[in-house]
Amino acid sequence: MFKMLEAAAGQVAIELDGVEVSVPADVSVAAALLYLDKIPLRHSAVHGSPRAPFCMMGICFECLVEVDGLANQRACQLQVEAGMRLRLQLAPTAGDDD
Amino acid sequence: MKPNCSFDTLIVGGGLVGAAIACGIAATGSRVAVVDGGDRDYRASRGNFGLVWVQGKGADFPAYARLSGIAARQWGDFAGELRDATGIDVGLQQTGGYDFCLTPEEWEAREWEMRQVAAHTEGEFEYQMLDQTELSKRIPEVSGDVLGASYSAQDGHVNPLYLLRALHQRMHDLGVDYRPAQAAHSSRRQGGEFIVTTRDTDFHAERVVFCAGLSNQRLCRDLDMHIPVQPLRGQLLITDRVPSFLPAATLQVRQTAEGTLQIGDSHEDVGLDESTTLEVITRLARRAVRIFPHLAQVRLNRAWGALRVMTPDGVPIYHRSLEHPGAYAVSCHSGVTLAAFHARQLAQWISSDAQDPLLNAFSAERFNV
Amino acid sequence: MIKSSYQLVVIGAGPAGMAVAQTAARHGIEVAVFDEQAHPGGQIYRNVDASPLGNIDLLGKDYVFGRQLVQGFRHAPVDYFANTAVWYLHPSGELGIVAGGEHRRVTAQRIVIACGAQERPMPFPGWDKAGVMTAGAGQILMKSAAMVPSEAPVLAGSGPLLLLLAWQYLRAGVKIRALVDTTQSASRWPAMQHFPKAIAASDYLFKGLKLVTAIRRARVPWLREASNLHAEGDERLRALSFNCRGKPQRIETSLLLLHQGVIPSVHMAAAAGCETSWNDPQQCWQPTVDDWGQSSAETVFVAGDAAGIGGARAAWLAGQLTGLQIAHQLGGIEQSQRDRLASPMRNARARHLAIRPFLDSWYRVADSSLVPGDETLACRCEEVSVGEIRALAAMGCSGPNQVKAFTRCGMGPCQGRFCASTVEQIFAHETAVDPQQIGRFNARPPLKPVTLGQLASSEE
Repeated sequence: MFKMLEAAAGQVAIELDGVEVSVPADVSVAAALLYLDKIPLRHSAVHGSPRAPFCMMGICFECLVEVDGLANQRACQLQVEAGMRLRLQLAPTAGDDD
Repeated sequence: MKPNCSFDTLIVGGGLVGAAIACGIAATGSRVAVVDGGDRDYRASRGNFGLVWVQGKGADFPAYARLSGIAARQWGDFAGELRDATGIDVGLQQTGGYDFCLTPEEWEAREWEMRQVAAHTEGEFEYQMLDQTELSKRIPEVSGDVLGASYSAQDGHVNPLYLLRALHQRMHDLGVDYRPAQAAHSSRRQGGEFIVTTRDTDFHAERVVFCAGLSNQRLCRDLDMHIPVQPLRGQLLITDRVPSFLPAATLQVRQTAEGTLQIGDSHEDVGLDESTTLEVITRLARRAVRIFPHLAQVRLNRAWGALRVMTPDGVPIYHRSLEHPGAYAVSCHSGVTLAAFHARQLAQWISSDAQDPLLNAFSAERFNV
Repeated sequence: MIKSSYQLVVIGAGPAGMAVAQTAARHGIEVAVFDEQAHPGGQIYRNVDASPLGNIDLLGKDYVFGRQLVQGFRHAPVDYFANTAVWYLHPSGELGIVAGGEHRRVTAQRIVIACGAQERPMPFPGWDKAGVMTAGAGQILMKSAAMVPSEAPVLAGSGPLLLLLAWQYLRAGVKIRALVDTTQSASRWPAMQHFPKAIAASDYLFKGLKLVTAIRRARVPWLREASNLHAEGDERLRALSFNCRGKPQRIETSLLLLHQGVIPSVHMAAAAGCETSWNDPQQCWQPTVDDWGQSSAETVFVAGDAAGIGGARAAWLAGQLTGLQIAHQLGGIEQSQRDRLASPMRNARARHLAIRPFLDSWYRVADSSLVPGDETLACRCEEVSVGEIRALAAMGCSGPNQVKAFTRCGMGPCQGRFCASTVEQIFAHETAVDPQQIGRFNARPPLKPVTLGQLASSEE
């Protein structure tokens, strides 16, 4: 959905849903997920509607992801760090193992 | 006089108490109006923890112990009735209630209270004092810091805001004339009727019931009723949704139907101040995490303060005026536990002007000693 | 090291916050600045001195101007704490903050709320779909991550910021699929009465003209008088349908950027007990402040866009005025010197504000965009529809707070930031009462996320 306008300062390796991926360094987790086109990134609490980052300034609470075991972190307020473990808070679908 | 300002019964106050009574009286066919405050006025329902709670009530007031039991036993039926009539589910879970004991002194005092209430109700009130082992079988997440808890199977909880919504919907469906932003200023008796004056109108009624929360004392003075009520602040915390783990309500923490956790049980005598304080917020959080350590990562969604309507002995006032027949005053801080009773027996007591020996004990006359 | 008490705490390091802090510090006041972001600059000057872009000229002169402000601030004798959030604020001067994952209590004699503005919610059916974002989000991605859309996005709504984003994208080589413009042509004639005053801020007018010319020159499809927006798609956005001058249109897109103006972030001021009033020309609430920025609560000031939309330059000047008044109140500067210094600032600020009545009128949001159809989500967090709220208002529900109690609208994590305006407008329309009478949601702490564990392990 989004691309780098110019070459990034570097790349970092993070883990997303158990898989290692490479993302630009010095960007927010939300920006990294948009870069990877990982949307929708969660399902809403009441009706399970697919949601993705909306305001990117920390006030809409749509970009919630699990970071290093902590649920409901605002992805737009955290910078990516090497070795970060992310899990998307998507509702389980029929084919999931857990 | 405007044609639509004359009624059989006028209820002053559209909160949990007023709305429940309005539903009960309107169901008898009486023409009922409710005058209510504005959107930002004090509303005890917004601070109510939502408990349907019997244990501990009336340890030193036998009639209240009996009343609480009577009220709680009707709740299941009442919730079903509301759901069938309005489509609104108030989220009743009546699987019992726990009140944690963190010190031996708390345990002893609690045990005494439970015995008193059992005695006053001739054994109808049943309870268990659960030690740490027994408690952790029932709620595995409880920490080792908790000595135990009192438990009563009759206790439970609802969503107090949905309850108010359901009562308002029921009022609407029963043809109650509901007037928001019409807080009562004064009242008088003239001819054979009561006249209640609000910002915009004079309301005329044969019968008037004051359920105006903290305003009751001031308003009831106009009709020579002495109704002593004082504010008692409670601060509450509510968290984000967490996976379901609490099998029942507790006095300190309850898990709502949506999955959020409500944390409360604080008491401050600060007058008409609904603000929150860092001191109490942190104290409530500390106690919650002490009882349930796994909640440390849970995010606080909202903290707010609300004012309970407290009578001098903490027991409801159900007052029928002798000087001005047809004038009533109702004040309590348990608008949820007593809701079914208010909509049924109390409404009946008011509308039929009948005698009810149980209710005599709750007259405001008891303060005129 | 964060001290437990300061003479002055400033919340927010955007142009207003930086100006307050520097001005007060210059007159000997001990200042702490708490800001949630990693760098100073707020949203408007986000990352301006720590940009991932090779050349920030790309974003325009107004943005570049912010660099000197930020660099000046970094050298000021203030205690600046980045990545620090204020979650509790009491008018007695008590604050609760989260820094380094810990809650701490700080007290101050004076507190300045300089937390800026947010975009006005723009609800319509499907606005919650994955792939729908705000124009501000697009700017933040560019400023802080050097990221732009990989496919031509659709921009929809109205207002200068939308045009600025389009212009910035074009300069970055991003093609724009369409500009779906909801600006009402009916606003043009009433706006012209403010035009003479706007000439005092002619640089703003020329800037605007420059943006419009560039967008036209790039042949961006500019679809005017758009209405009835609908976002379509299942797992994510697939298309936007709308009416353009009455004719139905549909554009396929996976990225939609919305904007219909900015409004003050009043949540913090309201939670602190500051009185607020409805600003009808700007269609928003703002805290009631005197001409130094002091609110109805003696210890609390509000500066910059958080007090009323005026833009970055006006915010910088407002911050200086607030800084002077606080320095005076705390004994750092005499009244005569304060007034002498303030006078040219007031004049400069008035000049920058001269454009506002014209812009506010020209870009006045249509009722239909403020109060959409029944099936629209009013509350994204708790998924409450406009229809449900409208039904309660029609039934005589007493107002926004009762609606909140009855439906959970406003009880989610955003605490009403994206639904309050919609609820108020529904009531205003259903009951024919103006928003000042309708009132706002009560605002409560926490103002920013804090966990039970963080609260529990504090020293209180």
